[in-house]
Amino acid sequence: MATTSVMGGAVKRREDPALIKGYGSFVDDMTPTRVAHVAFLRSPIARAKITKLDTSAAKETEGVVAVYTHDDVSHLGPLLAQVPIGKLRPLLADGEVNHVGEAIAMVVAENRYAAQDAVDAIDVDYDVMTPVIDLKKAKSDEIKVHDELESNVLHTWTYHGYWDALGLEDQTAEVDAAMERDDAVVVSLEMTNQRLIPVAIEPRSVIADWNPGYGSFTIHSSTQVPHALGGAVSKMFGLKSTDVRVIAPEVGGGFGCKLNVYNDEILVAFASQALGRPVKWTETRREAAGATIHGRGWIGTATLVGTKDGEFLGYKLEAIADMGAYTQNFTVAIPLLGLWIASGQYKMPVSWTVDCVVTNTMTTDAYRGAGRPEAIYYLERVIDAYAREIGMDPLDVRVKNFWQPDEFPATMGCGFALDSGDYEGAVEKLKAEAGYEDLLQKREEARAEGRHVGIGIGSYVEVCGFGPAVLAEIGFSWANYGLPASFNGSGIVRVNPDATVTVVIGTGPTGQGHQTTWAQIVGDGLGIPVEDIKVLHGDTREHPMGIGTFGSRSLSVDGAATFEATKKVREKAARIAAHILEASADDIVFEDGGAHVAGSPDKRAEWAQIAKAAYQAHTSPEDLDSGLEAHTTFSPGNATWPFGTHLALVEVDSDTGDVKILDYYAVDDCGNVVSPMIVNGQVHGGIAQGIGQALFEDAVYDEAGNMLTGSLLDYPLPTAADLPSLHLSHTVTPTDVNPMGVKGIGEAGTIGSAHTIVNAVVDALSPLGVKHIDMPLRPKRVWAAIQEASN
Amino acid sequence: MTVNGQEVTADVEPRTLLVHFLRENLRLTGTHVGCETGYCGACTIHVDGQPVKSCTMLAAQADGASVTTIEGLAQNGELHPVQEGFWERHGLQCGFCTPGMIMSAAALLAENDNPSEDQIRHGIEGNLCRCTGYHNIVRAVEYAGAKVRGEEPPAPDWEGAS
Amino acid sequence: MYPREFDYVAPSSLDEALEALGDDSKVMAGGMSLLPLMKMRLFSPAVVVDIGRIGGLDTIEESNGDIVIGALVRHATTATSPLVAQVATGLATAASLTGDVQVRNRGTTCGSLAHADVAADQPAAALALGATMVAQSSEGTREIAASDFFVDALTSALQPNEILTSIRVPKHQAGEGSAYDKLGRRGGRSDYAIAGAAAWVKMEGGSVADARVALTGVGTKASLANAVADAVIGTDGSEQAVKDAAARATEDVTIIEDLYGTEEYKTHLAKVYAARALSQAIANAS
Repeated sequence: MATTSVMGGAVKRREDPALIKGYGSFVDDMTPTRVAHVAFLRSPIARAKITKLDTSAAKETEGVVAVYTHDDVSHLGPLLAQVPIGKLRPLLADGEVNHVGEAIAMVVAENRYAAQDAVDAIDVDYDVMTPVIDLKKAKSDEIKVHDELESNVLHTWTYHGYWDALGLEDQTAEVDAAMERDDAVVVSLEMTNQRLIPVAIEPRSVIADWNPGYGSFTIHSSTQVPHALGGAVSKMFGLKSTDVRVIAPEVGGGFGCKLNVYNDEILVAFASQALGRPVKWTETRREAAGATIHGRGWIGTATLVGTKDGEFLGYKLEAIADMGAYTQNFTVAIPLLGLWIASGQYKMPVSWTVDCVVTNTMTTDAYRGAGRPEAIYYLERVIDAYAREIGMDPLDVRVKNFWQPDEFPATMGCGFALDSGDYEGAVEKLKAEAGYEDLLQKREEARAEGRHVGIGIGSYVEVCGFGPAVLAEIGFSWANYGLPASFNGSGIVRVNPDATVTVVIGTGPTGQGHQTTWAQIVGDGLGIPVEDIKVLHGDTREHPMGIGTFGSRSLSVDGAATFEATKKVREKAARIAAHILEASADDIVFEDGGAHVAGSPDKRAEWAQIAKAAYQAHTSPEDLDSGLEAHTTFSPGNATWPFGTHLALVEVDSDTGDVKILDYYAVDDCGNVVSPMIVNGQVHGGIAQGIGQALFEDAVYDEAGNMLTGSLLDYPLPTAADLPSLHLSHTVTPTDVNPMGVKGIGEAGTIGSAHTIVNAVVDALSPLGVKHIDMPLRPKRVWAAIQEASN
Repeated sequence: MTVNGQEVTADVEPRTLLVHFLRENLRLTGTHVGCETGYCGACTIHVDGQPVKSCTMLAAQADGASVTTIEGLAQNGELHPVQEGFWERHGLQCGFCTPGMIMSAAALLAENDNPSEDQIRHGIEGNLCRCTGYHNIVRAVEYAGAKVRGEEPPAPDWEGAS
Repeated sequence: MYPREFDYVAPSSLDEALEALGDDSKVMAGGMSLLPLMKMRLFSPAVVVDIGRIGGLDTIEESNGDIVIGALVRHATTATSPLVAQVATGLATAASLTGDVQVRNRGTTCGSLAHADVAADQPAAALALGATMVAQSSEGTREIAASDFFVDALTSALQPNEILTSIRVPKHQAGEGSAYDKLGRRGGRSDYAIAGAAAWVKMEGGSVADARVALTGVGTKASLANAVADAVIGTDGSEQAVKDAAARATEDVTIIEDLYGTEEYKTHLAKVYAARALSQAIANAS
């Protein structure tokens, strides 16, 4: 593979050499001098008053430095949240606990083993109360989770009413009227989109180091949002931003679970300040299951109304989404992301209502896809059921209702406009790649042999690239963490005197290869080899204003900003080159590691000359400031709307309910592609997480609120042995929302895959009369559905 | 014990896990901890040539053993073929599971340098990866197998690859 | 992730190991079952007796028509031994489906049996193959039939002062065969058994002369499904005969519901896997 900087080329990742040799530096790999270690006492009870909390024995345990409870930290207030609808999380339990895993006390000790020993020595009594776990019960307000809130229902999202300023029309009457039509076919499915635990393989970890001399913090955290954490610490501790440096070094996967400012991060900072020494905490896997955010957790009924020949007349969703006990970063805002794509790739009226309810469980927030996999799941499952009902091919029924290429930008009932799309193009490519007609034939042959083989189709459109300033008005910013109130992208590009390049970006990657992709963008723009380009991210000292990495936003927002900054640097370099070559800047062309005058390849200035000249006044143009760098922010006018269609071929053992994925095809369109290698990698991983939800994963609380799936023993993740190789291909429909024409690909695979698998399994079992099975499609559920259908 | 060819001796508490001994006493932090139950495999190392999970072993159990960690896999500055395969075929994203995954794959190829896809998938079944969906990990191991056999590795399967 | 304190003893002889055992001690071979529990502080013995350094326990030997598998024989060794595959097929299969590569490299067959997990693979094979457990204490050696060994969830017939030093498994003779199959928690054969079954048969003149079938994953312990064996003996071992016999799989078993299966489902699976294991054992016998 060539190591070139060409856009669209596969450049070997700059991140990899350290990681494959074991020299990557994750937070838990660091051990500062005099570091003390934290362990938390966490609630084993879902809901209780704490009637006794005695830490005296713990304080006497060998190696213990300090033990803190709520009173020690109450002056800091509760944990900040960006969308603070609901009850904010107390840093440590304030006389009551509201979910299993809630932090009650913090032990600081000389080593981790001693810290855990001291946790065991804390004496605590609980007056156990009846928890609220079931979502319908929560909505009924029969028992309220928090006395101080008016209702367990924190907010209700509706399709037309989510943003008053838009003055949107309520389409419910239109959808209801369609159901009354004589030719209407109405199909409803009640479905669960189950709660999931994100399980980044790197547990969260934080080291806070308060320097009493300078009065400043250095905090290393495995976070996707270092600037948000820095802002929160500044605000909560009353410090200037220059006195809080947050570094996110290598971060071992995030998927949204590290897109939160956590109470443990604040508490570790508190302890470091109180003790005047570095303090470190790394979660255990069980803590990750009880105290790191969860995702999904919806129940609801989706209804599609259409004609007998496949024309969609309207779609309705009535759902309840589980927020957990306390509101953290975006919590209540997550379903809104689903609302924007409620109608999928289809042109039809929508009535959409999601009630956000509190329960005595861990907080939910953004997990890969965040609201969008849920929304697409409900829509695409019921479309599948409708296609089956009217006896139409599931691809044909979709194509019949797609927005057409000439209709873009296509304004939907939610007020947003889909930027660009050729939805049928992706379907045509999928049919060709998968050999759709042959697969149909193969399915019929298998069925004739008595085998249960099914083909599942799943389309999706998603919304990503969260950067539009207008979104700040409804909470999409870090304003509550004291940062500027929009999700602008930004990039700093600096050519150094030796013609190397330093690029500083405000993202917080967790494996997406930004050091490589950004080197390609800048290298392509400047004609400098990627080997000479160093990309820095995740350090609040290097960059004044970073947003972080989430919502598939980095490339289309920060990448676009860097693309623009690169242009500015090139323009300035052209003026310097023109000065050296005594030519006009307009005539300067950059090629092969230098600049030359158009038409005169011999009149050439190497980058080394240009860079050096930029830093010495006597060799650069008189009217030019010295230095060669640019910092550009970018505020897109719209989000981006990637799309695609997936196909799964599965076989079910009807005797056991065991599902086997025989083959998987995906066609995704994320606009222009910088690195096809990295894009494919994102889709692979996304699909695996969608398959994980479809077949394996389930975060289960029992009626008493006990977490039954707190270890990987009971929360099975897909392994290599459980997944097939994936056939990926792409169509390219650029967007005009940003200058690179790129959309986003981090979540597409997840948003496109869970319903594809379920559709396939239902297809396999439809000859037996099965219409729906709730995820995860563990053998027991598949088998039970077969029994139910045959009885 | 011997770690990456070097003799090391230390007195540790009986309860010290081998992974903590490697990471904290020897500062070999390439071996990672991802779970508590021995399920994720991020802590995989070789003990006497066999891949094992160092989080489910006491340091004391390794007394006298020969241990190889990810830091000891490359020889004379040359990447192990599996390391090379991971780099060439985008077998890693966040890189956290990668050291353990590479150690398992290296052990697999040491036993069988021409494994089928199914054998590769079962050979790394004890290592969880949340980023890659394993697709490119399998490709990386196929690449490494070809290298070990002295054959030309199969071409990458992303669009535009040459 | 951080076990409580304990005393660690790693004797080089069995006698020393037996001496070190007390009321609050635990024997550790590979540690694959014990250490995760200790790390989560769900179990915290005062003394861990590591038998890993005792010589002579890591062999598979033939003795008087049995194979003898020592306390330190790893799952990987049981799984890949050509001898075990040939003369105790079901046990080799069960070992090969235990855990993953790393677990099989450390964990031991005897350790898995002594741990007596309700969803482990090898206990079912030990039952079906009619293994005998050899337990030693400072008072002497005791032999325990597999059928008496599994008492309850995570509870075997071993006393705190005993070490399971080996198991004896009768070698398949001509006309005998065995098999193990399961449905794993991640589907297929991956992970702990939602339900699994081992079977051993002796075929004579085209009919089933003797048989044993054992189940795992469905109850509070691995246990023999004697009704199935009784029903299949005397039949021709045809698909129908096996199916009819397997229908009686849960007559001797208390089915327990868990996250992976309802009582009804596990009852059904017990029959499915009893049939699958039995059919395979019959195929392997010829």
